Amino acid sequence: MSGPVLAPQTERRAPSEAPLVRIEGLTRIFDLSKRWLNRVLEGSGRVTLTAVDHADFAIGRGETFALVGESGSGKSTIAKMVVGLLPPSAGRVTIGGVDIWRERDAETLRHIRHRIQMIFQDPYASLNPRWRVGSIVAEPIKAFGLISGRQAREARVGELLSLVGLDPRDARKFPHEFSGGQRQRIAIARALASNPDFIVCDEPTSALDVSVQAQVLNLLRDLQERLGLTYLFISHNLAVVRHVATRVGVLYLGRLVEEAPAQVLFADPRHPYTRMLLDSVPDIDMTGRERVPIAGENPNPISPPPGCHFHPRCPLAFDRCRVEAPLLEPVSAGHAVACHAVSTAQRPGRLDPTMSA
Amino acid sequence: MSEGTASSRMPGAAKSALRRFLDSDMFYSFIGSPVTIVSAIVTLLLIGAALAAPLIAPHNPFDPASLSISDSLLPPVWSHDGVSDYLLGTDDQGRDVLSTIIYGMRISLSVGFASVVLAMAIGVPLGLIAGYFGGTADALIMRVADVQLTFPAILTALLIDGIARGIAGPQAYNDVVFPVLVISIGLSFWVQYARTVRGSVLVEANKEYVLAARLIGLRPVAILFRHILPNVLGPVLVIATINLALAVITEATLSFLGVGVPPTQPSLGTLIRIGNDYLFSGEWWITAFPGITLAVLVLAVNLLGDWLRDALNPKLR
Amino acid sequence: MTATLSVRNLRVEIPTRQGVLTAIDDLSFDIAPGEVLGVVGESGAGKSITGAAIIGLLEPPGRVAGGEITLAGERIDNLPPAQIRRLRGKRIGMIFQDPLTSLDPLYRIGDQLIETILTHESISASAARDKAERLLEEVGIAAAGQRLAAYPHQFSGGMRQRVVIALALAADPALVIADEPTTALDVSVQAQIIALIKRLCRERGASVMLITHDMGVIAETADRVCVLYAGRLAELGAVRDVVKKPQHPYTAGLMAAIPSLIDDRGTRLAQIPGAMPRLEAIPEGCAFHPRCRYAFARCVAERPPLYKTVSSDAACFLHDPQRAAAPAGGIA
Repeated sequence: MSGPVLAPQTERRAPSEAPLVRIEGLTRIFDLSKRWLNRVLEGSGRVTLTAVDHADFAIGRGETFALVGESGSGKSTIAKMVVGLLPPSAGRVTIGGVDIWRERDAETLRHIRHRIQMIFQDPYASLNPRWRVGSIVAEPIKAFGLISGRQAREARVGELLSLVGLDPRDARKFPHEFSGGQRQRIAIARALASNPDFIVCDEPTSALDVSVQAQVLNLLRDLQERLGLTYLFISHNLAVVRHVATRVGVLYLGRLVEEAPAQVLFADPRHPYTRMLLDSVPDIDMTGRERVPIAGENPNPISPPPGCHFHPRCPLAFDRCRVEAPLLEPVSAGHAVACHAVSTAQRPGRLDPTMSA
Repeated sequence: MSEGTASSRMPGAAKSALRRFLDSDMFYSFIGSPVTIVSAIVTLLLIGAALAAPLIAPHNPFDPASLSISDSLLPPVWSHDGVSDYLLGTDDQGRDVLSTIIYGMRISLSVGFASVVLAMAIGVPLGLIAGYFGGTADALIMRVADVQLTFPAILTALLIDGIARGIAGPQAYNDVVFPVLVISIGLSFWVQYARTVRGSVLVEANKEYVLAARLIGLRPVAILFRHILPNVLGPVLVIATINLALAVITEATLSFLGVGVPPTQPSLGTLIRIGNDYLFSGEWWITAFPGITLAVLVLAVNLLGDWLRDALNPKLR
Repeated sequence: MTATLSVRNLRVEIPTRQGVLTAIDDLSFDIAPGEVLGVVGESGAGKSITGAAIIGLLEPPGRVAGGEITLAGERIDNLPPAQIRRLRGKRIGMIFQDPLTSLDPLYRIGDQLIETILTHESISASAARDKAERLLEEVGIAAAGQRLAAYPHQFSGGMRQRVVIALALAADPALVIADEPTTALDVSVQAQIIALIKRLCRERGASVMLITHDMGVIAETADRVCVLYAGRLAELGAVRDVVKKPQHPYTAGLMAAIPSLIDDRGTRLAQIPGAMPRLEAIPEGCAFHPRCRYAFARCVAERPPLYKTVSSDAACFLHDPQRAAAPAGGIA
């Protein structure tokens, strides 16, 4: 009656296992130029926006990889490229061994498609207001032909709704009869309907109240354990990320500037932007912890500063930072940072990175 | 529109749908507006009368055998020379004005409805395509629409009508006059639908439920018709209602100009034209009553359209 | 010392066709001069409506149906519209959530500032211009003299919000109401804006009513906080007390549900079952009782008044002095 069986728990944490998701050199450039005639008349040139600049990371099966960034960081663009909604300008997205953008075989593609799903940020716009909840949740099942027969499908929809904490009879209602948190549960049920292995969660709780957020985050975690799911979790809220992530990648203006296991990142952040982000999280525990004052604002992504994008706001910046973009380099096991000052400090005999030029 | 589960096929579903409608904000605003209620009643009465024409009209004005030229130009029943047979008087051919109005409304309304449906059938899909796919398709459709808009509706209708006459010849023309009328009026009005739908589609296509549908691999056609269309229909209904009134007037104008329905099957416009000739010789009723009926019909439909637009506007609720 | 703002038994009603909804029910609090009071609650709790009621900007058919609002000793809730308009800006400044829509996109920043200044003060145009420039400098906009000629779209989100703050402070109000001033901004900018609001108001001796759903912001900025639930006051007290030792079960649940930088993936977030009731369906007795694990018979039948506890004031029968002692040190 139900769909294909998923990978049992024991398989999940084999250390030698290849990562489920691998992102290599992922890049996306948007052409925002005005039309040719306008350009000729106004004498302006082409305008491009590099939303994502060669992002590299991997997600192991059963992990939650969190991408942290503010507006303009490119996190939503990465999300769309990873699930197949937006073609990359360069780079590769490999899920379950399949390069989803270059694979030609329709059957393979179809097979991998239903294993990838997404949960969106706005619970009010992610459900079609004219459809009943039951139809919304059943749609992926029908689209992938996973269950035939109306009754069997309805039973599965009821199962899914119970799984997310709703009543199977809610299938007959319309989305507007539910609160934000409940709608997000419906969206989760829909995402689970195609029996995915990998779910991209794009700010799934940013639009929700705190107490509802806790319910939804707990639900996502429970589902991950029960069903062996892998998450790419996108958020701007560091406290939430701390709570859900196994590994974290920090994005700034399209570039990955730091990547580390969650515990390591929060205990020992190396990149100046990461530190700045952590310092700007309000101190709700009222620990009175010491913080560095924040400088400046996020620059316009269309014309970012040259070299390292962060250098105008960085307390550690020196001349190299203005001309050369730093690459992600490991500073310890599993911990990589893209910062000249940090990587210089790792190598003895180099200039003192705290000297600002 | 919405895909039902098995439970919605149960008889209880109809009742619950009715209950939902009666509870809704739309119905509430309807009940609270006397003008709208009156307009709705008037419209329903007129439509009902038109549909039931054979049953309620005292005479059949299209049957030449029943006409008697000696009964022509009789005034309405309440004036000095009126007879009770012809409540609103007769025209120059002895046709009962009241019956002709009822039958004429039938023609006006059917041509009106049909042209609105045709305009929707052309405009809505074009708007969907233009809004969803953008690029060349959008540019092409919108340019055609722009060109179309430069022609006044009457002119377009006259053009098409003239071409049809030329092709079909005077004899055959009478057989095709109704489809030609419907096409010519319908073709003048599709642009509004296309533009409105395009605008709504531009908004809806960015919403996340559309992304979710793309994610599971739905083809664009399926997304457009199953997901987006139900959400853009609101403004379309408003335009359709107001367009109905416009279509009726356009048909009346065409008939008035002599290029509409044949004189053997007069519509309201034809009657008005006939009566025009007799206005100054004192037989005012031939023009007045059809004119009043037309005005009332158009006004009622327009007011209904106004209410519908306000009721469907989420910001005003 | 007279409180800058004193709200007593405020009641806001919204007539709808399903009946009259009570959006705010018997709310009372004070704001002392120079104090920052945080008004915290989740969506639908009524915090924005409270701010709107005070400044007289309730959207009809909402109306103030009871209670008194006093500004520096004078009643303001029963004033005619013309007088309320004079109050706004001059004695109460307002900062809204979305800086994009708070500024008129068609007018230069300088013109909007000068217009506000001249509305409330009779000084010359050039004096107003000088004042506008000084205000921009105060809120941290560099090259203020030149920026006066800029349009809102030429500023970034954070800078626009700074301009909005300048506008709010232009006429030196006694009270500033800030409704979610940082929610639409990036995280790194939020901290700057909050610090700015706090500093400027302290320098001018203005009181601040800071409305937000973000407890973190409150913990950093407010002196006292009032917690709203379904239009009613749940808890009111010094911020340290309410955040560290909440006395109302709702506040306790809320604090436990907030993820902090300290817990990690190993701990499960405490969650409050259910959801805040909609205005049409507020339960009898205590509005929170269906979700409260301490609820007992009295909670279902009667609505609890505000009780004084060891730290803050809480509207919960657990703190009824005639009852057996409530758990000291806050509710876990």
